[in-house]
Amino acid sequence: MKQVFGKPKSLTENPFTYCPGCSHGIGHRLVAETLDELGIVENCVAVSTIGCSVRCWRNFDVDVVQGAHGRGMAVATGLKRALPDEVIFTYQGDGDLAAIGMAETMHAAARGEAITVVFINNSLFGATGGQLAPTTLAGQWTSTYPNGRDVDWTGEPIRMAEILASLPSTSYIAREALTSPKRILQAKKAVRKAFDVQINHNGFGLVELLAACPINLKLKPVDAVKWVEDKMIPYYPLGEIKNTKGVG
Amino acid sequence: MEKTMMKGNEAIGEAALRAGCRYYFGYPITPQNELLEHMANNLPKHDGVFLQSESELAGASMLYGVAATGKRVMTSSSSPGISLMQETISYLASAELPALIVNITRGGPGLGRITPAQSDYFQAVKGGGHGDYNLIVFAPASVQEMMDLTMLAFELGDKYRTPTMILGDGIIGQMMESVTLAEPVEIKQKKPWTVGRRKDRDYRNLVISAPFTNEEMVELNVRLQEKYREIEANEQRVECYRMDDAEFAIVAFGIVSRLSLAAVDSMRNKGYRVGLIRPITLWPFPEKAFASYPQVKGYLTVEMNEGQMVEDVRLAVNGAVPVHFYGRGGGFTPAPKQIEEKVAGIMEGGDLA
Amino acid sequence: MLREYNIAGFGGQGILYLGQVLAYAGLLSGKQTTWIPSYGPEMRGGTANCMVVISDDKVRSPLVYNPNVALIFNKPSLEKFGADIMPNGKALLLSDLIDGELDRDDIEIFKIPAKTIAEEMGSAMSANMVMLGALLTIDPVFDYSQIEAAVKKVTPSHRQHLIEINLNAVKKGIEYAEQMINGGYKEQEG
Repeated sequence: MKQVFGKPKSLTENPFTYCPGCSHGIGHRLVAETLDELGIVENCVAVSTIGCSVRCWRNFDVDVVQGAHGRGMAVATGLKRALPDEVIFTYQGDGDLAAIGMAETMHAAARGEAITVVFINNSLFGATGGQLAPTTLAGQWTSTYPNGRDVDWTGEPIRMAEILASLPSTSYIAREALTSPKRILQAKKAVRKAFDVQINHNGFGLVELLAACPINLKLKPVDAVKWVEDKMIPYYPLGEIKNTKGVG
Repeated sequence: MEKTMMKGNEAIGEAALRAGCRYYFGYPITPQNELLEHMANNLPKHDGVFLQSESELAGASMLYGVAATGKRVMTSSSSPGISLMQETISYLASAELPALIVNITRGGPGLGRITPAQSDYFQAVKGGGHGDYNLIVFAPASVQEMMDLTMLAFELGDKYRTPTMILGDGIIGQMMESVTLAEPVEIKQKKPWTVGRRKDRDYRNLVISAPFTNEEMVELNVRLQEKYREIEANEQRVECYRMDDAEFAIVAFGIVSRLSLAAVDSMRNKGYRVGLIRPITLWPFPEKAFASYPQVKGYLTVEMNEGQMVEDVRLAVNGAVPVHFYGRGGGFTPAPKQIEEKVAGIMEGGDLA
Repeated sequence: MLREYNIAGFGGQGILYLGQVLAYAGLLSGKQTTWIPSYGPEMRGGTANCMVVISDDKVRSPLVYNPNVALIFNKPSLEKFGADIMPNGKALLLSDLIDGELDRDDIEIFKIPAKTIAEEMGSAMSANMVMLGALLTIDPVFDYSQIEAAVKKVTPSHRQHLIEINLNAVKKGIEYAEQMINGGYKEQEG
């Protein structure tokens, strides 16, 4: 029998340990497919940080360095400076990248580090139980603001992709969503470009992937995906925001 | 071998280059800027990487990234900056990565002042960040030792796969002294655990500080502690000065040991049988040295802080004889005369067992 | 041999440079040497001082509390350090800027108008080197050739043109002090 679909080679045999309906599995798969396509599994170091995604080191079949909370791009900076011929990517959530890691994120982008960033934005802190993130939508329930995000008290959510695109030294910035087959295919192309810009142009590439966290949104998986479509996408518009090197 | 004059801070940088360190990340803070600038000026000449980081938090994580590749890497800062680095230092210990961290201590707590101090002793030798771990901590007392102990720190860091620290003070950092340059070393250490260049091996490497299971977490702690016991057994370093017939001894490290040497010489000329025990490694603390001088009837620990190393001296002496303390934090530097008066007061006051 | 020096004055008078030349001369003559700049926020301007120790043996304390020799370049430094000079020690005062007296009868005091001498040479900035020259005569620990080598070593590459001027100033200081001592107008108090 001919196999028409299977696990990417760049994923290990370890099972995913994410919750039912979590988008991380799809995010992992898109990255792993890209590593397969590019044939860089032996020429690549991944950086995992803190949050649900910390254990991506169990799943990506590449060398992995696990850094401190928010410091992923600083760790990646050290790796890339020491290993300029290797492909370096980070896989980070929104609490990690946009809250505690804001300084490291902004400055790695400002330096135009030749790294790829896969940014999973699920609008909350997942691993710790659904607390407010910088990306939490106005009015959204979180365990630390049970009456919903009051923007007069906590400010408006941060659109990281747009902010990073405004920095002169970033090369490729896009935002996609992991909500439907069509969008996932689109997301796949963006992930590929975020790697291509590093490999072919020594540029900084970031792809923000809007993701569902049914457990902490207290929604069924299907409803969580619908919530991302209906609530997140209007605030976080999809598409390529910046592509100065014309990767395609 | 070439002899020259050099500032202590520059000697660390020069030694790092000679030890094959080609990566430096740092953030400006007085009184260690000479080192930052030495690396900025000299690393490019050696095809090395100098990067001024956006913070000590980020700089330490950059260091962690390079350390994971097995290449020799260092950072330097002063007390408040070292506090920020504690996050990553704990990760370095957990992931068993060698890297050199230099603390040219300033007076604290808080922002403090750039006056010389030794008030980061506890932070340096008791781990510093969260979790059960130790760094190998060196306390140079001369510009020559700034050089030699930096070379040694890289060597032992690689040998034991552990972060190391130079705990200096602003006086030795800013001081120029005649120094014999260390011979450049060739790094021969095999490091099969490093990330990158996976095509050279048939397995993947993980540098992590988050074991997947509780059992693995316990195993990590057991392994670390076994390593620390081995370091304690093998790497205690100490200078004992005029101790063989001493009935009283001063214990001091760093610049204070130099001031104490002057006090010892002066007191010896007056007939007092005084010696000096100078820890060169603060961790592992050279406790074995104390057992070698059972004739000593009392100790005075002199520090530029409110009494930190004195606790380790008391543990080493274990109640056998009295251990006194003389010191002050925040920029106090004890003059040899003051040390002498303190010692004479104890010896003549019948305060010995 | 053990010599402990304190050199003190205003920032900009070449105090730290003078100390470094002295320390290097020590190194080049095979001695152990230390040099410490004044330490603290005052590094950024205002008063400056440095401590130099030159010794046959390993230097114990690099901090100098009671110098054998003090080179004092202004009145505030005289007030701050004058009382600390070791009994039987020597004080060299930059007399152009110090109108006060040092009330010590247990040390030798030498008043050197180094600023005037330097200005006469057309190099007002070289008063520090005139003082160094005077020191060579008054406390002959080093000979001129060692100082010459030290000046060449210490002067940064972008200031090489100053070497000749500085060495001339050293020579003027040597001459002045020789005249002062041999001519009998050494001002020794007590």
